[in-house]
Amino acid sequence: MSAVIDKETKKVLIDPLVNNNPITLQVLGICSALAVTSQMSTSLIMALALTSVTACSSAAISSIRNHIPGSIRIIVQMTIIASLVIVVDQILKAFAYEISKQLSVFVGLIITNCIVMGRAEAYAMKNPPLASFLDGIGNGAGYSLILIIVAFFRELFGSGKLLGIDILPLQQDGGWYVPNGLMLLPPSAFFIIGIIIWVFREWKPEQQEEPDFKILDIAHGEGGHH
Amino acid sequence: MEAYISLFIKAVFVENLALAFFLGMCTFLAVSKKISTAIGLGIAVMVVQTITVPVNNVIYHTLLKEDALSWMGITGVDLSFLSLLSCIGMIAALVQILEMVLDKYFPALFHALGVFLPLITVNCAILGGSLFMIERDYDFTESVIYGVGSGFGWALAITVMAGVREKLKYSDIPAGLQGLGITFISAGLMSLGFMAFSGIQL
Repeated sequence: MSAVIDKETKKVLIDPLVNNNPITLQVLGICSALAVTSQMSTSLIMALALTSVTACSSAAISSIRNHIPGSIRIIVQMTIIASLVIVVDQILKAFAYEISKQLSVFVGLIITNCIVMGRAEAYAMKNPPLASFLDGIGNGAGYSLILIIVAFFRELFGSGKLLGIDILPLQQDGGWYVPNGLMLLPPSAFFIIGIIIWVFREWKPEQQEEPDFKILDIAHGEGGHH
Repeated sequence: MEAYISLFIKAVFVENLALAFFLGMCTFLAVSKKISTAIGLGIAVMVVQTITVPVNNVIYHTLLKEDALSWMGITGVDLSFLSLLSCIGMIAALVQILEMVLDKYFPALFHALGVFLPLITVNCAILGGSLFMIERDYDFTESVIYGVGSGFGWALAITVMAGVREKLKYSDIPAGLQGLGITFISAGLMSLGFMAFSGIQL
């Protein structure tokens, strides 16, 4: 019995990291996150905030799932999520004011982050609270993984630092590294995520999408009939 | 007047919600396979954005802002922490009302936009627009211009993206990049294009 639970728990926690990653496979939660990845510190805080909101909202929604009328469930979920986000926002303002200024509206945008809503709809409405809580943590961790990878490359190559500590000494401070300004601009986040998706899907070929049109291989006779 | 034009251009191009702030990315990537659906969603976003940003502006300035309740004789009350909840509630309610009004009075428009309206409640571009309006402390006229501009900018971005993707599906793309991967990279290139506007001084 305990082995079954452990296996299930493990699956719920580990699967979202690579096999069913919310960003690279489910295409959820890209919205509010990419803009915060130009520094490691902001993305760590954002990842932490999102993971706790997802886990708590999944647990809360799951525990009242049998009492929510189907027709107004979106509003109920939205209210629970929004209240949790307000709590997170106030905590950040109280204890990490500088970072909450840098994150600006993106903490508030956790409300409409599709991961939170998506997990509430897809998992928490059908499963008991503890499993939903773990599912929230797992998906939050999958999201955090991508966020931290992106932030690592953007901060390291964009400003030669990690978490504000100099790693590559900049030329303007007498070092050798000329920072790549593009890494601090929005387009680089798109490129890095595109490349992460590419790496993931070369590693796990079953995640690849079928192309709409295939180029016919005439040399082998497949396209010869027209 | 000049300030308003500058705000509009900035909202459409320089601070494009989709390409500079990554807002509404989920729908941006999911619904940009065909130009016609992309235009439909774009128009729906623009309409909702034009209504919600000014309405949220009025609510924020008359009810939630620090000392905003002084017209009722209550002073020293700061309800601005409730703005997240009120914004999202207002958006959800307005989208619902819009859906019913369209259904009753403009059935043709309802059939064209109806499927997109539920998607819009959870579109971060809409909530993001309202939150940016609060953060930057726009007054009412500015909020109207910002609402129209940011909605139009988002619509423009998704339409262009759909155009790119309609051509892209004929290309020979490495298997791992097929679909989502190449879409991200083309969105990055488009975002790079929009960066060119950031030098404009108005």
